[in-house]
Amino acid sequence: MSAKTLFEKLWDAHIVVPETDDTPAILYVDLHLVHEVTSPQAFSELRERGLQLRRPDRMLATLDHSTPTLPTNADGTRPYANAEAQAQVTQLETNCREFGVELHGWDSDDRGIVHVIGPELGATQPGMTIVCGDSHTSTHGAFGALAFGIGTTEVGHVMATQCLLQRRPKTLAIHVDGKLPQGISAKDLILHIIGTIGVDGGTGYVLEYRGAAIEALSMDERMTVCNMSIEAGARAGLIAPDETTFTWLKGRPHVPQGAAWDATVERWRALRSDDGATYDREVHIDASAVKPTVTYGTHPGMAIAMDAPVPAATNAQERRALDYMQSRPGEPMQGTPVDVVFVGSCTNSRLSDLREAANVLRGRRIAEGVRMLVVPGSEAVRRDAEREGLHQVFTAAGAEWRVPGCSMCIAMNGDLAQPGQLVVSTSNRNFEGRQGKGARTVLASPATAAASALAGRIADPREYLTQVAA
Amino acid sequence: MLPITRIHSRTAVLADENIDTDRIIPARFLTTTERSGLGKLCFHDWRYQADGSDNPAFPLNQPQAQQCSIIVAGRNFGCGSSREHAPWALLDYGVQAVLCSEIADIFRNNALKNGLLAIVIDEPEHRWLLKHPGIELVIDVREQFIALPDGGHIRFQLEPFARHCLINGVDQLGYLLQHADAIGAYEQRTRTQQEAA
Ligand code: SF4
Repeated sequence: MSAKTLFEKLWDAHIVVPETDDTPAILYVDLHLVHEVTSPQAFSELRERGLQLRRPDRMLATLDHSTPTLPTNADGTRPYANAEAQAQVTQLETNCREFGVELHGWDSDDRGIVHVIGPELGATQPGMTIVCGDSHTSTHGAFGALAFGIGTTEVGHVMATQCLLQRRPKTLAIHVDGKLPQGISAKDLILHIIGTIGVDGGTGYVLEYRGAAIEALSMDERMTVCNMSIEAGARAGLIAPDETTFTWLKGRPHVPQGAAWDATVERWRALRSDDGATYDREVHIDASAVKPTVTYGTHPGMAIAMDAPVPAATNAQERRALDYMQSRPGEPMQGTPVDVVFVGSCTNSRLSDLREAANVLRGRRIAEGVRMLVVPGSEAVRRDAEREGLHQVFTAAGAEWRVPGCSMCIAMNGDLAQPGQLVVSTSNRNFEGRQGKGARTVLASPATAAASALAGRIADPREYLTQVAA
Repeated sequence: MLPITRIHSRTAVLADENIDTDRIIPARFLTTTERSGLGKLCFHDWRYQADGSDNPAFPLNQPQAQQCSIIVAGRNFGCGSSREHAPWALLDYGVQAVLCSEIADIFRNNALKNGLLAIVIDEPEHRWLLKHPGIELVIDVREQFIALPDGGHIRFQLEPFARHCLINGVDQLGYLLQHADAIGAYEQRTRTQQEAA
């Protein structure tokens, strides 16, 4: 048998009907994650056609995008941004009840951002195919699952048949050699990678991140890396599961327990690219060269070290991006005045991210005039963070500690920045208007976000981590 | 879906590269539970001024771009989110085809499933079309070429199944449902693993 890549193993194991020149493969889906924004039209379609869900037991739903992150009002109502947002949430509650889908709704202790709770519950597992009507489904690739975003029509396909029509993508190996320097995070690394390969550098590919620097990452960090694969245009991102993965998953609610666990782990150990397996393309990244990295334009490929000069525009598009951001060519992003800081999103809202931000903030106050929002990714993260007292670190520093949700990552729940404001954000997209009409987004790590809140300007977190707080 | 075999229109050009799905339809409009009526929101923050009037600088607001249902867009159109609201909004706005040298994966997939022709063409032709807005084109989906007014042709290739579905109005969910037996057999075959998982 010829050597196979991890992707090929995952792909081959899920073929229901192989692809031909005329027809795509029919690919089986093990886990279908659902949220309120991209599912209502699919449920409606099922209703109109009189169809049932094929495998409701393979679905997991949550509320995250349109949900308020402020606590309930005194009268028990929730502070929704508008009636439509509330109706969308109610619609998912109704749909899940009617079709028999497990929903982590308002009353669940596990509600949270869909890509945070899938792994937390152990629903995300190595070897699976995982889809969601959401492009950051690539997050789950951190576990060695083939995970990708789909549109609402396809959400309907999976609901009715548990399958998708898919052409096999190409493979791109991203070797991250060496070691990340002290104080440099997974977010800096992935921004650096996207800045290197470009916002469309991964189009048509499934990425496999490999090499010493990747193996050294924790699961939280691996999720941050895989999460942003889509920002390079990739279909999915993958990291082979290893002891780090198995230790992290053990004992979680959805994974097998006891003897079945050991047998499952044995099976999972085979999920790695064979020696001699070939990729359609390979790229090498030197981890030791990564610095605190931020974006300076209006897509995630416009990323550079914060102390490096912003490159001059080479075309009208880049000029427009620099104008929009008010970024000055030849000058570094470091030192740019900041209005809002957001720590959250499926990229950076897990416990380790909050710790990273809290370590910078502890015992300090954010700068006058800066607004800082910290939004945990899930109820579980919120509980853990509060148990450690992180929420007190944030509130003592002058930041707002919120209820879990997507919040200012997509700014459709009322959490948003004003036109012209500059937001240092730990989320994944810096598109024009993503965080509010006219708002300017600079993507960064949680530590950089926290340091920038303290300084009131884009700042290097290492300066705060080395000196002891007063 | 109704069969789509030919589209005949003048082109309008949106030359920016990396036009993302947030620009096609801003996230704050995604609270809808419908798929219709999104055309008025298409390109919202680019298309309208703060007072709600048309932004004269938006290329599709130009008089010569009216009634154009073919857009020639800068490279990497549709990058970003998986929201199918993007092709729904474009179709409802009157766009029937987007021509580009590179189109983001999920967007292209979503577009074709909704009968919006997301067509990848070679770079030289793409560059030429970007420089010649308002040109009259006929897109022949069956034969996979774009006819230029001077008699020239631009060839393109759609994924064969997507093309088959477009020209015959095939419903892809119906096609998948026909394979229920194969899906059942797959579930049987992999049951131990599935239960373990
Ligand atoms: S946090 Fe942002 S990127 Fe992640 S699922 Fe929510 S909206 Fe999408």
